[in-house]
Amino acid sequence: MNVSLTVNGTKHSADVEPRVLLVDFIRTNLRLTGTHIGCDTSSCGACTVLVDGTPLKSCTLLAVQVTGRSITTVEGLAAGAAMSPMQTGFHEEHGLQCGFCTPGMMLVGTALLEHNPNPTEEEIRWAISGNICRCTGYMNIVKAIQHAAAIKAAAAQAPKPEAVAAGGGK
Amino acid sequence: MFPAAFDYRAPSSLAEAVDILRQRGEEAKVMAGGQSLIPLLKLRFSQPALVVDIGRLPNLAGIGRHDGHLTIGALTKHAAVESSAEARSVCPLLPEAAHWIADPLIRNQGTVGGSICHADPAGDWGSVMLALGADFVANSESGERVIHAADFFQGPFTTALRPDEVLTEIRIPLAAHSGGAYNKLERKVGDFATVAVAVQVEMNGDKIAKAGIGLTSVGDRNLKAADAEKSLAGKEPTDAVIAEAARLAAAAAEPKSDVRGSAEYKKDIVRVFVQRGLRTAVARAREGRR
Repeated sequence: MNVSLTVNGTKHSADVEPRVLLVDFIRTNLRLTGTHIGCDTSSCGACTVLVDGTPLKSCTLLAVQVTGRSITTVEGLAAGAAMSPMQTGFHEEHGLQCGFCTPGMMLVGTALLEHNPNPTEEEIRWAISGNICRCTGYMNIVKAIQHAAAIKAAAAQAPKPEAVAAGGGK
Repeated sequence: MFPAAFDYRAPSSLAEAVDILRQRGEEAKVMAGGQSLIPLLKLRFSQPALVVDIGRLPNLAGIGRHDGHLTIGALTKHAAVESSAEARSVCPLLPEAAHWIADPLIRNQGTVGGSICHADPAGDWGSVMLALGADFVANSESGERVIHAADFFQGPFTTALRPDEVLTEIRIPLAAHSGGAYNKLERKVGDFATVAVAVQVEMNGDKIAKAGIGLTSVGDRNLKAADAEKSLAGKEPTDAVIAEAARLAAAAAEPKSDVRGSAEYKKDIVRVFVQRGLRTAVARAREGRR
């Protein structure tokens, strides 16, 4: 059965059995192994991907179910060599220890800030409540997401380079 | 883990879906969001020859009002109920319960209709729909059929739906001066309920005109605490009346002892949650929060 997906901006098409799970399609067919398989029973969130911007557990989706949709995996967060605000937050605040849950945590955090740019600590904790950190490093994960929110807020407030240039020139 | 092989159809219309089910309903499973079915397929507890994916059918998701009812399309996601301003204003029991279902990521994909048809005795929607006196609309090649929530749940993972039918809509009767509450005890986010209780009341002046009570995880299906409901009708919600209803609801519960607690403990949680839920529901009905 044909599956056509856009993953991190690149279109992919493949012929797969209907029983192939999205996480296996991403890891095996597309060789994008940043999406992890943890519990494999939709409990841990290590397999989280964004489907049209919404975080879902890819171990509990069939690839054929999301044909035509746009997927973002952890590999899609950075713009070239530049880390996304969420990645910078995890880097600065030591938001990871073993790193296994990190792709899912960062994607959930990214989706949260899209619709709630200034979440409270409680809202962050609720947002990541479907993702388990086996190192129990939740304190720093929350701080990392807060850090990312601050980076985004600062970027939104800072005058755009063109605006500065225009102002300076005139 | 991956499921056993199956045929897969993703019909593009309801007519096509019921046509497939007319021909192959007996060997098929209908999938909406897949958040209950896919785990069963992966564990191979379920090995249907055919999966009919209705997840992309048009016009089956959304919350609206029609003829004194709140209507919920079967494909409405839990998260959509949780964040629905419409539901919050006319039937806050719905978003309150939605908030406790599984975890945020599952709520982004799982559907109200799918959860109801899965009929897990630990499912949250079943109790809520029993408390609200909801009707379920089922479609098949022979047309539309309305099934009352009280007649729908027949046993663990067993419903009144025929193999050729698909659930399309949930209809919830709306009443003024009503209020509800959902109380759930879970060990951690995403775990099945140890116990949960849905309560809805409709007030007539100082008295309870009508009460609905649904129990989660304390029987072979979501249970309607009918004796407790009847004991409240026409009464002022005094401490004694509430305590008696709570006692009757606990007596109706049939929990089993397991890792989440002993049967005795769970029955007592039912008692406490019915009391707590009734107090909250009555207060909400009185302050016009429904």
